[in-house]
Amino acid sequence: MKTTLEVKNLHAGIGATKILNGLDLVVNAGEVHAIMGPNGSGKSTLAQVIAGHADYEVLDGSVRFNGEDLLELEPEERAREGVFLGFQYPVEIPGVNNAYLLKAAVNAKRRHLGLDEIDAFEFLKLAREKMATLGMDPIFLNRGVNEGFSGGEKKRNEILQMAMLEPRLAILDETDSGLDIDALKTVAAGINELRDPTRAIVLVTHYQRLLDYVEPDFVHVLSAGKIVRSGDKSLALELEKNGYEWVKEAVNA
Amino acid sequence: MSTDPNKLDSLVNRRYEHGFVTDIETETFPPGLDEDVVRAISARKNEPPFMLEWRLKAYRHWLTMKEPEWAHLHYPRINYQDISYFAAPKSDKDRPQSLDEVDPKLLETYEKLGIPLHERARLAGVAVDAVFDSVSVATTFKGKLNDAGVIFCPFSEAVIEHPELIKKYLGSVVPYRDNYFAALNSAVFSDGSFVYIPKGVRCPMELSTYFRINAANTGQFERTLIIAEEGSHVSYLEGCTAPMRDENQLHAAVVELVALKDAEIKYSTVQNWYPGDENGKGGIYNFVTKRGDCRGANSKISWTQVETGSAITWKYPSCILRGDNSVGEFYSVAVTNNMQQADTGTKMIHIGRNTSSTIVSKGISAGRAQQSYRGLVRVMPQATGARNHTQCDSLLIGKECGAHTFPYMEIKNPTAKIEHEATTSKISADQLFYCRQRGISEEDAVNMIVNGFCKEVFKELPMEFAVEAQALLNVSLEGAVG
Repeated sequence: MKTTLEVKNLHAGIGATKILNGLDLVVNAGEVHAIMGPNGSGKSTLAQVIAGHADYEVLDGSVRFNGEDLLELEPEERAREGVFLGFQYPVEIPGVNNAYLLKAAVNAKRRHLGLDEIDAFEFLKLAREKMATLGMDPIFLNRGVNEGFSGGEKKRNEILQMAMLEPRLAILDETDSGLDIDALKTVAAGINELRDPTRAIVLVTHYQRLLDYVEPDFVHVLSAGKIVRSGDKSLALELEKNGYEWVKEAVNA
Repeated sequence: MSTDPNKLDSLVNRRYEHGFVTDIETETFPPGLDEDVVRAISARKNEPPFMLEWRLKAYRHWLTMKEPEWAHLHYPRINYQDISYFAAPKSDKDRPQSLDEVDPKLLETYEKLGIPLHERARLAGVAVDAVFDSVSVATTFKGKLNDAGVIFCPFSEAVIEHPELIKKYLGSVVPYRDNYFAALNSAVFSDGSFVYIPKGVRCPMELSTYFRINAANTGQFERTLIIAEEGSHVSYLEGCTAPMRDENQLHAAVVELVALKDAEIKYSTVQNWYPGDENGKGGIYNFVTKRGDCRGANSKISWTQVETGSAITWKYPSCILRGDNSVGEFYSVAVTNNMQQADTGTKMIHIGRNTSSTIVSKGISAGRAQQSYRGLVRVMPQATGARNHTQCDSLLIGKECGAHTFPYMEIKNPTAKIEHEATTSKISADQLFYCRQRGISEEDAVNMIVNGFCKEVFKELPMEFAVEAQALLNVSLEGAVG
């Protein structure tokens, strides 16, 4: 099995605050991993560090992506190599057409891979197909990026972008938060659609409920910046039943 | 792994591309201004007596005026006696009839500016009246325009060839008494463009002039007059870049537009005067009076401007909506970066019945730049059924710049419908990271956001100009995000 992501002894923080304290994680192609943990345990930090957010400083350790040193790359280079981050709070970019951004993103990646740019007709056809499966009105293509979108619409838009960009590694940061049950099912269907032997997916989530629809191969529990428990999907159910205190106690015992 | 602030700095501090000086010998008056200088300018241009009289009246009036201080602009006092008021290329006496006869050095300059004049003119089918320093040196496409009865020539030529039109219309929209800089321009204007579109004629091509400033310490005072007779139509494009300079250069132009019954004038500008260095040293002081008079019923005047240059910009292209059902439009994108300052906007004066005006102003500030929108909507008592829609948006890049809005409304007729919308937004680090996470470079992301912000204005520009304007904006703001 091919290793997509290999995080070793990662220490990282923001400003003077240290958040990750020696985190190890290996994700192979074709696998779906869920990372769970209480607020402040470092879940989002891990996602942001992998994507290359400038506010986070890596203090020690390494992150390798398909064997390459990911930390050496600019955020846009990571993206073009196939790292996708589904944001917890997708930002609004008024005035920039959603389709325009999406097409620019697809073509930036295609150029990087030495492929011809996709033309407008092909792009629209593809985008409409993907939108149909996500239950999105094509009108969203012509709106400003996330401009005036509801929480659920923003999350669907993230999944649409993921579907169009076909990443090698998708990290979805609390994609389930703020979704009603119907939206959750649609988003989950979108994620399942992308499950593929060549693709690794990391779901960052607080709750079990997303995992009812997207079944993970592995579940990790993050606490104080380290993975303290790993297991299969039954671990998520245990957590749901016993709460995070149970993990902390188990670790401290 | 993240944005390197040094790299951004170096991009912000990129040198102005068009900064160089050609060494074509210029015949330049010594610095200073008095009646003799005004007489000498007029004599150099072989002007008829009425023109000299008008210049002198303007000069004497200017002496009684004070430089305005109300604008939100800060710059050292201009010493008007330190400026030279005339410069002409030597080849003036034998004005070339074709590009072959043009001084090759001059053509080389255009090449350096990225404007291969002959190529562009030929390929785009645009008539070009190129103003280099103060005297026009190349005029093309005259034949085609002649056939249509359109007059498009240097202003100095029109003074001699069409004195009746000049007498009738010069100063009829912007009187020499209008303001300090208009008075100065009226006294010492060097040259500019004259356009006359006869009754019922649709000008067969878009008219374009490229202005350049190219002699040290020489203020350039252009004068442009466009007259659209009944039922005629013209689109005029003006664009400029200027060489780098250490001293501040004063630029005080006047543009007058007259639209008679059912006539339409579309005036588009891309302004890229040298903005000064990152500390605000050098750069053009641009004090411009642009005004259009919708004199006849159902006439329309539309201003579209993309302002990226100048150290100081003081400019309010305006419309006087005198004719019933006349329409005035103002679409503006103004970019200020580093230490640039701009106080710009428009005036819409509603006089006729059922007149309407639209104002769309997009201001972008970066670096330590300060930008103000200043707009007046005045509805006169007799102007029943007047309508105005104003949209005024500001975009801030970085933390040290400023945007200010000064809307004035004087509504003296109760039937008026006036709408004003204003927004201020910022390009945030989160927006840029979001784009980069999708594989789009930071520069492309800034361009995307800025162009998205400006698209309402760009769509008003003629096609080839829109592309140029977009490119210019990208260059002006390159690396402005830190």
